Amino acid sequence: MTGDIWQFAYIIAALSIIGSIKWLSSPVTARRGVLAGQGGMLLAVIGTLLRHEVINYEWVLICFFVGAAIGAPLAFLMPMTAVPQLTALSHAFGSLAAALVGTAEYYRYVGAGHAATGFTMTALVVETILGYLTCTASIMAFGKLQELVPTRPITYRGQNVVNLVLLAVAIALGVWMIVEPTPFWVFPAFTGLSLLFGVLLIIPIGGGDMPTVIALLNSYAGAACAAMGFALGNRLLIIAGSLNAASGFILSVIMCNAMNRSFLNVLFGAFGQVQEGTVAQASTRPVRSATAEDAAQIMSGARKVIVVPGYGMAVAQAQHKLRERTDALTRRGVEVEFAIHPVAGRMPGHMNVLLAEADIPYDRLHEMEDINPEFAEADVALVIGANDVVNPAARHDTSSPIYGMPILDVDKAHTVMVIKRSMSPGFAGIDNELYYMDRTLMLFGDAKAFVGEIVKELPAH
Amino acid sequence: MSTEVEMSIYVLVLAVPLGLQLVQRVSPLLHTPLMSLTNAISAISVVGAILIAGSGEAPRLSRVLGCLAVTTSTINIVSGFLITDRMLKMFRKKDSGKEHGS
Repeated sequence: MTGDIWQFAYIIAALSIIGSIKWLSSPVTARRGVLAGQGGMLLAVIGTLLRHEVINYEWVLICFFVGAAIGAPLAFLMPMTAVPQLTALSHAFGSLAAALVGTAEYYRYVGAGHAATGFTMTALVVETILGYLTCTASIMAFGKLQELVPTRPITYRGQNVVNLVLLAVAIALGVWMIVEPTPFWVFPAFTGLSLLFGVLLIIPIGGGDMPTVIALLNSYAGAACAAMGFALGNRLLIIAGSLNAASGFILSVIMCNAMNRSFLNVLFGAFGQVQEGTVAQASTRPVRSATAEDAAQIMSGARKVIVVPGYGMAVAQAQHKLRERTDALTRRGVEVEFAIHPVAGRMPGHMNVLLAEADIPYDRLHEMEDINPEFAEADVALVIGANDVVNPAARHDTSSPIYGMPILDVDKAHTVMVIKRSMSPGFAGIDNELYYMDRTLMLFGDAKAFVGEIVKELPAH
Repeated sequence: MSTEVEMSIYVLVLAVPLGLQLVQRVSPLLHTPLMSLTNAISAISVVGAILIAGSGEAPRLSRVLGCLAVTTSTINIVSGFLITDRMLKMFRKKDSGKEHGS
């Protein structure tokens, strides 16, 4: 009986992991969720170390230390704007682990000279292919987010055919390995193709689609983990992996809906929607611009101000100035709310984290569906570093690439202010008709500096 | 089909809908921490990595790969949980009394 302690440890670990996601549903209990997750993971590790199959401890412990020594600084040193990159990198490490275990298991069977059952082999193949492709895809996503790799979609003729053929060959090799013992070169070739496919999968996807991609990679990493559970006959892995796969899947569906793209469209990269470098030339139509003083005057006279932050705000590090301004306005009795588009920022929910970091209370942050009816009664809508998510063309211009995408109804506000560096088009390269409306005031300048000036002008009145 | 396999499939078909249910109830406010938490949880593959790295009978190649896998999954676990907690610490509710500087 005592030999089976690990089984109880696994059961409790599975319960803790389920609890950890349940507690994450509200900010009040969320940190308890992390604690439960950590506890579950610790139990799983200790339980595994107690299993009688594990006899070599030194190397395992050394690897723990090395891993922790790399992982901890990563988590502490990364700025909050870089959380998407860190998550992508983390996925790369996690899925590499899954793929390596698959590889190691494969060579264990080869070395032992007895074939695995078809079922185990199938699970191993699925685990390995998902692991390797998620690994390189995550590294590519990391590169695009960090702008080490061009963020614009890189496309060429016949791209989808090449990708699909590559995947088909990899799957064919996988099936061959399942059916019968294969020559020496097959497994390395299978590995190489999976790695290559991961790279090619991300190349045609633009930087703007990264939130969806990261969520999807999250899902793949979970699926790889569940497949490992089948290969090893380990139910804890199946439970944790499926939870993760489900979570990534839901998040990527939410992201797809927020961008009005079909799931298949994102799944197969730029499938059918090759953006033909539509570099919108900066239009020469007249705009109204205003100074910080004008803006401060209008805002201090307002009853309700809705702020629409975009990733540009985070890049300019304007969120702390924004909080000062929010506090100043709140003291004057102005109601300040924040409207968060689901794809604001570079991963699901990213903008909320950035604003929370600047100490903006989370009950001031509102989702798109909740805040949209309120724009009509807002005196000022202040857009900072957001572009496509407030472009009214998405509503009526069928020729626009973003047509049909749900947007924040900023144009319904009494006055619209847009803080922007220049008139150059945004990430997706689409011109924004919001800027040319009569009610729109363009505030040209660096977001942080400009908000700072508004704060300075405020108390004077 | 062996009972082992059958059991595993039962677990899968129960766990997926459970995951969908649980995740749908998470507020969009916390979607980033949700992602980094599930990211850390997916590194439970460390279990498989330990089993092969610590095994006595696996060939040397497999054990080396296993050790690498223990290292990379530990990176994933540690960074995933720490960053999640770091993010969640920042979420606070309206007016916890104090006024903010300047």
